[in-house]
Amino acid sequence: MQTDLIQEARRQAEICNACRYCEGYCSVFPSLHAERAFSDGDITQLANLCHNCRGCYYACQYTAPHAFDLNLPKALAEVRRDSWESFAWPQPLARRFHTHGGAIALALVIGFALLFWAVRAIGSSGGEGFYAVLSHNAMVAIFAPAFLLPLFSIVFSLRRYWAEVGGKPIQMSDLTAALKRAGKMQDLAAGHSEGCNFEDEDRFSQGRRHIHHVIMYGFLLCFASTSVATIMHYVFGLHAPYGFWSLPKLFGISGGLLLTVGCGAMALLKQKSDRDLGDPSAWGGDIGFILLLGFVGLSGLVLYALGSTPLMPALLAIHLGSVLTFFLLTPYTKMAHGFYRLAALIRDAQRKRDVSMVR
Amino acid sequence: MATPKEAYDIAVIGGGNAALCAAMTAAEAGAHVLILETAPKPYRGGNSRHTRNFRCMHKTPLGPLVEEYSEDEYLSDLLKVTGGKTDEHLARLAIRTSEECLPWMEEHGVRFQPSLSGTLSLARTNAFFMGGGKSLVNAYYRAAAGLGVDVLYEAAVTHLELNSDQIEWVDYTYEGQSHRITPKAVIVASGGFQADTDWLTRAWGEPAKNFLIRGTPYNRGVVLSDLLDQGVESVGDPTQCHAVAIDGRAPKFDGGIVSRLDCVPFSIVVNKHAERFYDEGEDVWPKRYAIWGRLVAAQPDQVGYAIIDTKSLNLFMPSVFPPLKADTLDELAGMMDLPAEKLKATVSAFNAACGDTNGFHPTELDGVTTSGLIPPKTNWARPITEPPFYGYSLRTGVTFTYLGLKVDETAQCSTSSGKIKNLWAAGETMAGSILGQGYLAGFGMTIGTVFGRIAGREAAAYAN
Ligand SMILES: Cc1cc2nc3c(=O)[nH]c(=O)nc-3n(C[C@H](O)[C@H](O)[C@H](O)COP(=O)(O)OP(=O)(O)OC[C@H]3O[C@@H](n4cnc5c(N)ncnc54)[C@H](O)[C@@H]3O)c2cc1C
Ligand code: HEM
Ligand code: SF4
Ligand code: SF4
Repeated sequence: MQTDLIQEARRQAEICNACRYCEGYCSVFPSLHAERAFSDGDITQLANLCHNCRGCYYACQYTAPHAFDLNLPKALAEVRRDSWESFAWPQPLARRFHTHGGAIALALVIGFALLFWAVRAIGSSGGEGFYAVLSHNAMVAIFAPAFLLPLFSIVFSLRRYWAEVGGKPIQMSDLTAALKRAGKMQDLAAGHSEGCNFEDEDRFSQGRRHIHHVIMYGFLLCFASTSVATIMHYVFGLHAPYGFWSLPKLFGISGGLLLTVGCGAMALLKQKSDRDLGDPSAWGGDIGFILLLGFVGLSGLVLYALGSTPLMPALLAIHLGSVLTFFLLTPYTKMAHGFYRLAALIRDAQRKRDVSMVR
Repeated sequence: MATPKEAYDIAVIGGGNAALCAAMTAAEAGAHVLILETAPKPYRGGNSRHTRNFRCMHKTPLGPLVEEYSEDEYLSDLLKVTGGKTDEHLARLAIRTSEECLPWMEEHGVRFQPSLSGTLSLARTNAFFMGGGKSLVNAYYRAAAGLGVDVLYEAAVTHLELNSDQIEWVDYTYEGQSHRITPKAVIVASGGFQADTDWLTRAWGEPAKNFLIRGTPYNRGVVLSDLLDQGVESVGDPTQCHAVAIDGRAPKFDGGIVSRLDCVPFSIVVNKHAERFYDEGEDVWPKRYAIWGRLVAAQPDQVGYAIIDTKSLNLFMPSVFPPLKADTLDELAGMMDLPAEKLKATVSAFNAACGDTNGFHPTELDGVTTSGLIPPKTNWARPITEPPFYGYSLRTGVTFTYLGLKVDETAQCSTSSGKIKNLWAAGETMAGSILGQGYLAGFGMTIGTVFGRIAGREAAAYAN
């Protein structure tokens, strides 16, 4: 971890601890005010709790040009990104994608190429629909590891995170408390639930929060679609292609729409924000990630729409290529945020539980 | 915005809480309003941007406020701190109106939060702004813009031309040039004069040069002195100001809340000769916060040094600058430039005078006192023995001055020959009309909100 980033966040946290005016905005401040001195692990935890709503920046009487130069959203964003990079495994991949949108684009092109190659080289031994282009077994052979390896990597990284922030054994109530906050994206709404300060200085708006809902639930629907299809295939022996009124299709199409629209809206919204209140070096990587995610949704929809035309094989390769890239990059892009943030919220629920036990 | 070419009904001078409340109220009454704020946009909002709450009467739980806070209890709290030097008529007006201010503030974008950790004692009396005063100021600027109020930043008002019973014009500088406008009515809400060190020094004497100013550097009393020179009636004592003891390392201006030091009750405080000079344990800190500004001001070089040992370090809110830390008193004296032998003697004498400390209780008057020591320490007196030792330097931090414009219950200003028909004042600049001395936490914002709204209403009625 970069000590200068942690040190800067610590300097600012100490000022906030003497001030406390922002206590009601989010989970960060109550957690911060519970300490007097901040270990590196404390700062890492605060950074991953912070939702970058920016409320505390616009409310702060100590922002530049004041000598105290407060910019907590930025300081925490930088520590956050650095923590993800430092915990990522394997390390040679860790510091490529958060700060380089171009690297994500390159990975996408490689993903396409791999799939086109697979379609050509492996092809199909007969089958219906998409399986006529690439056999079911080939798809499983590619995607099972492409899903499981990143998952393994994430679990490994989260364990490091958990050790660093002093996490304890997780109880069911910690998990439900965290899922509740994440499900409503409570910390992107300021204490008064009126949203965050993202696109127009200190104006509160639900824009970022609602768009995030669209993306997150869109993604979860797509994920549900694939999971249901897997169960139908293996447990019930029901094989693709599925009709429109089947769960995989309904989840997939609605999820794909939400993902596409949400990511488009997020990329546009981000243009209006002040880059200096986040981690400026992660700008390219973030945009790259959003576009990649949106592209996964969009290419899935196009594939559905044009699935019975001669374009299908090419579209299939493109869609699967983007999915492959997306999965493989999960531990090394902004996608990791969901896991870390959930972990941070769980840790915070534990802290609150400890406090209420002491009382 | 460029220099205004349009004609304004009302010019509001200042860009803090009182000014904004006045401007919004006047605009809602249909007036065309211009705010002239001398600070640049990042520093807009004067001292109001440093605040955290306002004191609010309520008969039943209201917003974040619990239980009840009656008019009489509020007034008696006020009389206690001002030693009776209070205009009861205006004070009651402010107190009574404060109750309707809270919903009004919410309608204009202010949001409240529960009282902050470490300030539970205020949960019944003071409503805390979510995000503090700067977010209040931000919300008001947005609401004002929505009402068509124009704002000119970096516009320093230099002169109001008073012709018998009315203001003829307003002069201000903007982008290096002088400008003159002729609004129908003027509202002065430009704060006190504490940031003008020369004026403070004339009033207070030489020691004032060493005072720190807790809030904005822009409240220099330019408009106040201009009006006083033209015979506008004043109120309050120029030598009176609200001052507290703050961390000596705070910046000259704008250090705000984080330079507050809460360690005094658990420490001994010495001057630069390493001598104690006052009972550090006289009362709980919120009640003694304000007198220490004056106590330190009376010491050589206007500086004090609070010394604690390790067992007291976590008993008070952390402050922004970490304390100096040393394993021996010798070393600490060296770091603070104090005579080491004398400091050790003072500490030993204090330690020897401490008695049974079993009854020590950090948040109550515990009666754990010294005996035979002058001055005594009458509560929380525990010997300073356990290294590491910690030291903070203390200086006088001025919050605001009391000398101001005298107003009546309609916030209108006057000369000795009667009312000035188009001049009103609100906020710190007229607070002396209510408070002769002393200060009650959260009352500054109450005065600004109540009298800002009155001034806005009256000025708009006149201009229409
Ligand atoms: C650190 C600190 C904390 C405080 N906390 C609280 C609290 O929690 N609760 C509370 O009630 N009170 C608090 N106070 C007191 C409170 O700040 C004041 O009572 C209140 O803000 C006064 O409001 P105002 O609008 O009259 O003045 P200000 O908010 O100071 O506004 C004065 C405005 O006039 C402008 N101005 C000055 N001269 C000129 C000129 N020549 N031309 C144009 N514009 C000019 C200034 O730039 C400024 O915008 C605190 C004060 C400080 C310093
Ligand atoms: C535990 C659940 C999650 C939490 C708590 C969470 C939280 C957040 C927060 C706070 C932000 C804004 C701050 C930032 O830029 O870092 C954000 C951005 C984002 N999230 Fe999530 N998220 C979660 C899950 C997801 C999921 C499942 C997806 C979709 C795959 C997703 C997609 C995005 C996108 C696209 C952005 C915008 C990135 C950017 O602006 O750079 N999130 N998330
Ligand atoms: S961000 Fe600024 S206003 Fe908020 S708690 Fe920190 S120092 Fe105080
Ligand atoms: S940016 Fe928002 S979430 Fe982060 S610390 Fe500030 S108020 Fe909390």
